Formats: sequence, C-alpha cells, structure tokens
Amino acid sequence: MAERSNGRATWTASGRPLVAGSARGIALVLDEPLSFWGGVDPGSGAIIDRRHPQAGDSVAGRILVLTAGRGSSSSSSVLAEALHAGTGPAAILLLEPDEIIVVGALVVEMLDGRATPVIQLDARDHRRLRTGDEVVVDGHGRLAVTSPSAGSAP
Amino acid sequence: MLAGERGEAVSLAMRLIVALAGVVKADRLIGISAAHIDSCLYHGPVGVAFAERLAAAGGRVSVPTTLNVSALDLLHPDLVNLDPPTRQAARRLMDAYVAMGCQPTWTCAPYQLPDRPARGDQLAWAESNAIVFANSVLGARTARYGDFVDICAALTGRVPDAGLHRDEHRRARIVFRLDWLGGHHAVPDELYGLIGHIVGQESGPLVPAIVGLPLDATEDQLKALGAAAASSGSVALFHAVGVTPEAPTLEAALGGGRPAREVDLTPARLRRAWDELSTTDGRRGLAAVSVGTPHFSLSEFERLERLLDGRAIHPAIEMYVSTGRDTLARLDRSGCTERLQRAGIRLVVDTCTYITPILRAPRGSTVMTDSAKWAWYAPGNLAVEVVYGSLEACVNSAVAGRVVRDRSGLLDG
Repeated sequence: MAERSNGRATWTASGRPLVAGSARGIALVLDEPLSFWGGVDPGSGAIIDRRHPQAGDSVAGRILVLTAGRGSSSSSSVLAEALHAGTGPAAILLLEPDEIIVVGALVVEMLDGRATPVIQLDARDHRRLRTGDEVVVDGHGRLAVTSPSAGSAP
Repeated sequence: MLAGERGEAVSLAMRLIVALAGVVKADRLIGISAAHIDSCLYHGPVGVAFAERLAAAGGRVSVPTTLNVSALDLLHPDLVNLDPPTRQAARRLMDAYVAMGCQPTWTCAPYQLPDRPARGDQLAWAESNAIVFANSVLGARTARYGDFVDICAALTGRVPDAGLHRDEHRRARIVFRLDWLGGHHAVPDELYGLIGHIVGQESGPLVPAIVGLPLDATEDQLKALGAAAASSGSVALFHAVGVTPEAPTLEAALGGGRPAREVDLTPARLRRAWDELSTTDGRRGLAAVSVGTPHFSLSEFERLERLLDGRAIHPAIEMYVSTGRDTLARLDRSGCTERLQRAGIRLVVDTCTYITPILRAPRGSTVMTDSAKWAWYAPGNLAVEVVYGSLEACVNSAVAGRVVRDRSGLLDG
C-alpha cells in the first residue's frame, strides 16, 4: 500500500511481532549483521565494531533495521543494558528471527515493564526500508513508513 | 512450572523459555542434561537485577551447570583494573549465580573440564565458542543460547525442541573445500583460525561442512576454528569431513541433501582473511602478546613450554595466557605455573584479556594474538591494533620484543 501527501510517500506493512510494542523513530538500515556485544557501546549506543560499515553511527532511539544478529551470546545483555539505559534502539526490524535479540528486549520488559518492539518482516518489506525513513510501529507488528526521499522516486 | 508450583523463580524462568519457544516455533519443550551460563559476565545493572531477582525468589539449577568467564580474576585480583563500584557489581553478579547452585568454573572452555557432555546429549550452553565446540566436536546438541535464557534453561531443565536439538537442522547446507591442501599433515595452527574466519563470514544461517581438513586435526585446532567462525559469523555447528563425529563422509554431513553453495578456500582467500584479522603489520612496535582465547588447554600449555624452550619474555612485552582455574590447578601440580611465571608470562584465570581491562599497554598499542576471536573483538573492545599469527610466531615475538611473522609457506603459493 502506498499513498502520497505533500510529496512524501507513505506505505504500510505487517510483520510478525517477536516482541510486541509500539514505537516511532527514524530508520537506520544496517548493511551487515551486527553483534551488539563488541559491536555497540551500551553507554552511548554507538556502533564500535570498526569492521562494520556503519561504525560510528548510533543506534540510540533509531528504528534499527538488520537482517539478523551475529556472533557473541553476550549480545542479549548488551542490548538489555542499552535499552534499560535509554541508549538502545526504539524498535528492531529483522529479516530472520533472532533469539538473542528477542531475549534482550524481553528481559527489559520483565524488569522495567517497557516493551521495545522486535518485528520480523518479510523480505519484500524489509528490502524497501531506507535509512532516514520515518517509521511508526503499532502494538501488533504493523508499520507505517514515510520516505522523505519520495521526490526522487520514478 | 509456569503456574508456579516449583516456585516463583522457575515460573519466571519458564515465561522466558515459553516466549522463546514461540519465536523459534517449537511445538514442545525437551529436557536437558547440563547447562553452561554466560550471564555471569558483568555488562551492567540489568544483568545483576535479573540474577538477584531469580536468586532471591529461591532459584536453584535443576541440572549440572557450569559458569563462563566473569569480569574478574578472583585468583589474581590485582590483574584486573576496574573501578571499585564496577568490581563490586561484577562480584555480586557472580555470587548470585553461585547461590543458585552453579559450579564456579569461570571458563569459556567447559569442554576442557574432566566431566564433559557426550554425543547426543541435549544441552543448554551459552558462549559462542563453547556452543560450536559442543555441537561440532562432541556431537552434543545445543542451540545458540545467550544471556538470560541460559539460567532460565538451567532452572527449568527445559528448552524448546527446535534448531540444532533436532536432526533435520544439523545437516550441512554449505560446503567449503580445501582440496589444494591435499591431505597435508603439517598444517600450521594459524590456518585453522583463518579457515574459521571465512566459514563464519560465508555461512550465514547455513550449517557448514569442510572438506579437506587434515584427519589428525586436534581438539585445540578445532576449538580455534569454531571460535573464529562463531565470531565473524553465527556458526553454531560445523562438520569437518572425516574428523567430527557426525561427518564420517560428506554424504553423511549433508544428510542426503544437496548443498546450497560451495566455497573454495583458496590460498588467496586465506591470505585475505589474515589481512582482515590484522589491523597493522606490527612495524610500529609491539606492546603485548595475548593467547588463550578460548581458554588454553593443558596440551596448549605443553606446546607453549616447548616453543619457549627455556627462553624468557622480552622485558618490554606483556605476555598473557588466559585459562580456566581448573587447568591452572593442574599446572600448579606439575610445576609448569612457576616455570612460566619465571619466564615472565602472566597467567589470567576466571576471565579473559579482551573483555575486562587487564592490558597495561595504552590505547593504540599493537598486540599480537594467535586467536582469530581475540583479533576480531579486541580492536573494538580495547582500542588496540592487532597482529594475528600462530602460537609459535606469538612466542617468538614475545621473546624478541618485536613482531616476528611466520606466515605459512602454504599461503605463499
């Protein structure tokens, strides 16, 4: 579904909520999988994995779009610490279900009562997301995406 | 258990296990015979709050449970340079897990402990290198468990019946070929980390099979390969044809299926892996050498002593070997500990040099390691430059006080 208003295109998608919750923010689409442990500084939300193409960017408050996690089993903890400290992403949109990411978000919900949505999208919707898109996630795994770059679309 | 008839801790733990079963679409839960916990490594207040909540609610593990590395070296407390509040919090976290009945093993290589799982055992292991070793080398069965879930599985004794617990998910789907090695029997150690690094990068979610590894590959070499593959990627099981228990042949590893992809591990690709793992060529000097990631085994210590051959570490170099306290106790009895310390080597237990501040060398210094896993994570964690090399090259460099490279002649072809 797509509609245009004020020259901006909005489209919607429905995913599988691995952790249900609502959020709003600007998308950060990762070019490669990311290990939160060793890859993200939970104190600031910055990507510290020097080999990651987006090293230096911050995940804090972003709608983080990635295919899957990677590597260390400590990543649940680093994600949980970041979410608790307020330096974590506002939502996480995945292509593959990733238990390590889901558990990090669930534990913070159990302890703090604050749910960070983790949504699995199908490949077509996942591919459409661009860094800079405005994304609204509702409590049922539905997204509304507004692309600021719609003017350059054919 | 959800309803709380086995207490509040088990009920809380069961909530997480059931949620996880939903994510992985498991129809049922299965019993496990052992657990290995990674959650005892301090990352911040959430970890402590979670463990103390379970311990305060009367949580006791229901299966034999070992503990992974922590942020502290309890036997050499001065080695770790943490501020007192962090040290205290890290200790509280460790105490909470011991209070729940976990064994204070503090090692990332629980497969080097005397009592280790057997083929076919269902486990809930955390720590990526331990997971890949249990599945691949021991033929036991564990999914990629992470922090928080590990203790929930240990408390309930249950995990979702999914993923690598089931036959159909253990079949190889991507094949790596090392044909050019031609059954070479003197493959240098550093090749195993390089192979693992590429296998991790290329496999994605697929289970890899490796054809052409020497049939006499040791557990230490397979440990290095697995740890590398679980760092550069998410590999939780690999089959080495003719070497690991579920891969007597390639056909057996594939389980009757066909691979989705085949990858040639050419010398050129392995040379590129070396360049990816090393952030510097080391010409600007060497400050430290760190080996023992994953924790050094007894046989690796024997090799280290043979390579040192009575020489001492250069006075300007810090050289660390990380190992488990169980292995250290056995070294103490053989007199090896004292000989290594006299040579200038610092032994680290209960933790590891890349997860907690131990190195005295300033940021930006060059450190040499024989571990692809250490080389992968240390530049981000410690802000150091890394040179990857064999154990032999690491020892020779530590003695010489400068980087001595011995890149394998096999790679120069």
